[in-house]
Amino acid sequence: MEGLGIVFALAGAILAALVAGIGSAVGVGMAGEAAAGVVTDDPSKFSKVLILQLLPGTQGIYGLLIAFITLTQIGVLGGSSDMSLEKGLLYFAACMPMAVVGYFSAVRQAKASLASISLVSKKPDQFGKAMIFPAMVETYAILALLISILAIMGITPLAI
Amino acid sequence: MSQEQYIYAVARVRSKELALLDKSVLEQLLSCKTYEDCLKILSDKGWGDHNGESAEEILSQEREKTWSFIRELVSDMSVFDTFLYEKDFHNLKAAIKQVYIRNEVPNIFINDGTVDANQIYEAVKNHDFSILPEHMQVPAEEAYQVQMRNGDGQLCDVILDRAALDTIYKMAAASENELLMEYAELRIVTANLNSSIRGAKTGKRIEFFEMALAQCKTLSKKELVRASLMGVEAIYDYLETTVYDDAVNALKESFSSFERWCDNLIINRIKPQKFNTTSVSPLAAYILARENEIKTVRILLSGKLNDLPENSIRERLRDMYV
Repeated sequence: MEGLGIVFALAGAILAALVAGIGSAVGVGMAGEAAAGVVTDDPSKFSKVLILQLLPGTQGIYGLLIAFITLTQIGVLGGSSDMSLEKGLLYFAACMPMAVVGYFSAVRQAKASLASISLVSKKPDQFGKAMIFPAMVETYAILALLISILAIMGITPLAI
Repeated sequence: MSQEQYIYAVARVRSKELALLDKSVLEQLLSCKTYEDCLKILSDKGWGDHNGESAEEILSQEREKTWSFIRELVSDMSVFDTFLYEKDFHNLKAAIKQVYIRNEVPNIFINDGTVDANQIYEAVKNHDFSILPEHMQVPAEEAYQVQMRNGDGQLCDVILDRAALDTIYKMAAASENELLMEYAELRIVTANLNSSIRGAKTGKRIEFFEMALAQCKTLSKKELVRASLMGVEAIYDYLETTVYDDAVNALKESFSSFERWCDNLIINRIKPQKFNTTSVSPLAAYILARENEIKTVRILLSGKLNDLPENSIRERLRDMYV
């Protein structure tokens, strides 16, 4: 079982970037289609719908951040990568909130963005309110990011 | 087709919905002094091609604009066939009558059905229904025999109207789309009520009701046939026990009021599609909303053309989608 610790830790880092990234790609793609539909008939709404399209993209960035922090902490980006299986599993578990919540929050945020893009297409003066609805979903992605960061930072000094 | 594939199309529809006529525009049209003033307002709203066309040309151009917009968005238009089957069966009726009287009547066919009107006419003329879609073959043969042997034009119409309703219901169910299924259900309910009331008023026999009324979920055919045989009051009593109890007031008021109730029922049921962002349903709802809008403008223009009082036109106007 020796050497498996780093495998699990690395798998956690990769999944955080991969799964949250997939969620964001799907979300930004969906919102982009709707944004293109609105801009086809009214190009003046480009800047408004672009912001709404980008909102589901943040989860991918958070996933990348978690992956980067994990890689730094486990010694893959320099230093020693020796670690116990228990510690590797802990890193893996620490990355999961960002991976799972990142994916689902990106997809759900995209659906909220679609609805807000529809709102902006009909009532452009309500853009501020329209942005709040998908932005609310962001809260849960940030909570997942926070818990993943705290967990990763907390695991490093553990002597196991 | 995945629901997500309609995201772009739905966003385009949302933008187009801004151009739909709302109540305030209808009020504006109603308050116009002349028919020409109405045409001018419609022209300002982008209706027609601004080439001084007649009202009928403007309305037909608007219908074409709707369908060409939808064609631009959807590659497989068969999803909207549910709205077009009635045109096919209308053309079949017209073709059978035309062949029966052995005389070509101009402008009796409707374009843009699922089957080319000429193909339907050829099928009837050559008595070869195999070139028609499967769902039309049996009713076409039955209606043809009734018309040619007995000369019974009314029975021919009843057979084909019923076949149209059955086709709409069957195809909507096969599409598994909630809006199309709801449309089919409401279309059958309104057609059944129409046939029941007319049949009851003219003292039709049970065979007529059995043949004319189609099966649906929210009205019992058995109960409706029984009530229709007893008379109009019995139909009202039966309707009071169903979800369509508000139809009774409309029916008591006038038949045009009932027709208005039928159209409003469909428009009000499709209104939630204004908040749907992904499926094909908002596109279907937009088509129905445009058809409703065109019908309302036609009523309004013909009222203005015939100098009907404003209130008389107002009570015929349909609810708008937006």
